[in-house]
Amino acid sequence: MPDIRTETMTVNMGPQHPSTHGVLRLVLELDGETVVSVAPTIGYLHTGIEKTIEQKKWQQAVPLVERMDYLSAQSNALAFCLSVERLLGLELPERVRWIRILVAELQRINSHLVWLGTHGMELGAVSVLMYCFRERELLLNINEMLAGFRMFPSYLRIGGLREDLPRGFHEAVSAFLDRFPSKLDEYEDLLTENEIYTERTRGVGRLSAEDALAYGLVGPIARASGVAYDVRKAFPYLGYETVDFAVASRTEGDVYARYLVRIEEMRQSVAVCRQVLARITPSGAWAVGDPRITPPPKDRVYTEMEALIQHFLIYSQGITVPAGEAYVPVEGPRGEQGFSVVSDGTNRPWRVKARSPSLLACQALEKMIVGGLIADVIAVIGSIDVVMGDVDR
Amino acid sequence: MGLEADIPILTTTVEKMVQWARRSSIWPVTFGLACCAIEMMAMSCSRYDIARFGAEVFRGSPRQSDLMIVAGRLSRKMAPVLRRIYDQMPEPKWVISMGACASIGGVFDNYALVQGVDQVVPVDVFVPGCPPRPEALIYGIVQLQRKIAQQKLA
Amino acid sequence: MESSALPDLLQRVLPEARVGVTQSSDLHPTVSIDRRDVGAVMPVLRDHAELACAVLAELTAVDFWPREPRFEIVYLLLSVQHRLRLRVKVPVPGDDPHVPTVSPVWPAAIWLEREVWDLFGIGFDNHPDLRRLLMPDDWQGHPLRKDYPVQVRMAARTSEPLQVSEQEFRANLERDRRARR
Repeated sequence: MPDIRTETMTVNMGPQHPSTHGVLRLVLELDGETVVSVAPTIGYLHTGIEKTIEQKKWQQAVPLVERMDYLSAQSNALAFCLSVERLLGLELPERVRWIRILVAELQRINSHLVWLGTHGMELGAVSVLMYCFRERELLLNINEMLAGFRMFPSYLRIGGLREDLPRGFHEAVSAFLDRFPSKLDEYEDLLTENEIYTERTRGVGRLSAEDALAYGLVGPIARASGVAYDVRKAFPYLGYETVDFAVASRTEGDVYARYLVRIEEMRQSVAVCRQVLARITPSGAWAVGDPRITPPPKDRVYTEMEALIQHFLIYSQGITVPAGEAYVPVEGPRGEQGFSVVSDGTNRPWRVKARSPSLLACQALEKMIVGGLIADVIAVIGSIDVVMGDVDR
Repeated sequence: MGLEADIPILTTTVEKMVQWARRSSIWPVTFGLACCAIEMMAMSCSRYDIARFGAEVFRGSPRQSDLMIVAGRLSRKMAPVLRRIYDQMPEPKWVISMGACASIGGVFDNYALVQGVDQVVPVDVFVPGCPPRPEALIYGIVQLQRKIAQQKLA
Repeated sequence: MESSALPDLLQRVLPEARVGVTQSSDLHPTVSIDRRDVGAVMPVLRDHAELACAVLAELTAVDFWPREPRFEIVYLLLSVQHRLRLRVKVPVPGDDPHVPTVSPVWPAAIWLEREVWDLFGIGFDNHPDLRRLLMPDDWQGHPLRKDYPVQVRMAARTSEPLQVSEQEFRANLERDRRARR
């Protein structure tokens, strides 16, 4: 009888693969179906955004920054604007802060819908993808109403917002918030008690709380492992301390726990949005009134000389940010996001570094995959919700 | 040529039949790189529904697909991979360059990106936008269908 | 934590450490330490009861060319227990850029330090796996340095470099596995 060979088999997964959420390459070493070791390779989407920003003016960095983590675009813009406003020492009007909270929470729901859709599709539940993107279209309509663009509205600017809220905004958001919780129940009906789903996700990809913290993960992944840390509660910004919401957390630390945490986060986001929407007046202040930072409205630019000069200076020369460095963390859909901004006192950034929660999650992938089956690799990658634009920047 | 009266037979040329078959069932390979991939996924979902144009299934393997929609920014590290996937597709194959980054480098004119995927693969249709609306991408696919309707067989 | 409490605590625990105080405009008390003290100070920041910074939130570098010291490594630390954030800065000269690694203290630093090596060219002593992370493996130069151009005009590579033989591939995997043990 021929000898049985027991070597391991090396399989390359990616960078082009329907289930790796972008261009992630995993070189897996398999013993049968069990993963023995994994070597992740990233960098296939490296765009040099940080170097490009150093050549642009401060306000030109906002669209670039939005395209880093393209699913939580307005959270990125919020984090960047908060860091720059900290250096400028700006105090935002209250109405601007409520609108920013609303936009950030809607972005969280948006990102989690894409996560849920793709995660369900990869595990075989293709209807979940269709349903989630159907709800997401309503959110993209709201984005389009705000600034004319579906995915990257660039509505959040340094000093406040781009312009005042459009007519019909309150009705559109209320209609979405009234309709969404029942749709969320629909998704839970499809997945939460579904035996196929629970068999594929319970006990898979466990990450302990100590490992999560050691690898720098402080978002939904850590909350699913028992670390109930949320930047909105620990280091409140924009007025989150006056909003009433709960932090979703569980203790098992597996793929199923992360799923439940994110569903609960979506429900809490709806609660936050409802409270904040009631505080926003239909029209009012939409930016800090500082003439060196906020461009004047267009009707004044076309009729008044001072407004024209102010508009010209802001868009040609840019704004001047005092020298120093600042990092203001925000709670993005993937965890703590923030921009470490270094200014040298001119109108161009000296260095902007994005804290990338997805990079740290990719690094921790090894801990979650090794020892499991190859089919579990797909479930785990879906559950850590990596966005390769954020990993590679 | 045409529908003969009283006889239920339609006559046409082989070329027209083949062109009709090719353009009515273009199957793309999943090559979503960045943000444009999300709009490509939105295009394949229920609101914009690319399935009614024939591009129903996004094949995971390039060997079973006709169309490669390069959706997103192509970094220098990824360029050889793009070329390899293109080479693995069987003839006839077409390429749509979706978005500004794939067409010309987009907003990122720097060391890390290839300024346009046509430096690596031959492109049939360029769809501008950052990201292009799903309707724009559908228009791009319809233009590609019109191009295929004119391609000769031999 | 007030801005003077952290340097005082560090001086108490590690009297030989060279600790400097820096102003900061956000909620991070900031200290700067000498690069030779990195190996001694970082475990204290993680393990001391009053600090307990279990999370390395960010590890990045800033290039101040042509000023000397040219680089500055910035560590942002977070203590979930005490709701405390800290910033530690380590100046690095431009002619001999290297710092001790902090990956034994926080495993999150492994890839973050690889990224700093890739983009800035700052070496990390005793790092388990110091190679490029974001740029292609055979890229020349460190792109985020201030004397590196933004636009590089070169033809896109359409074929990958020579593949290794099977023996070499297995040897590479074995080396990876040994390094990670």
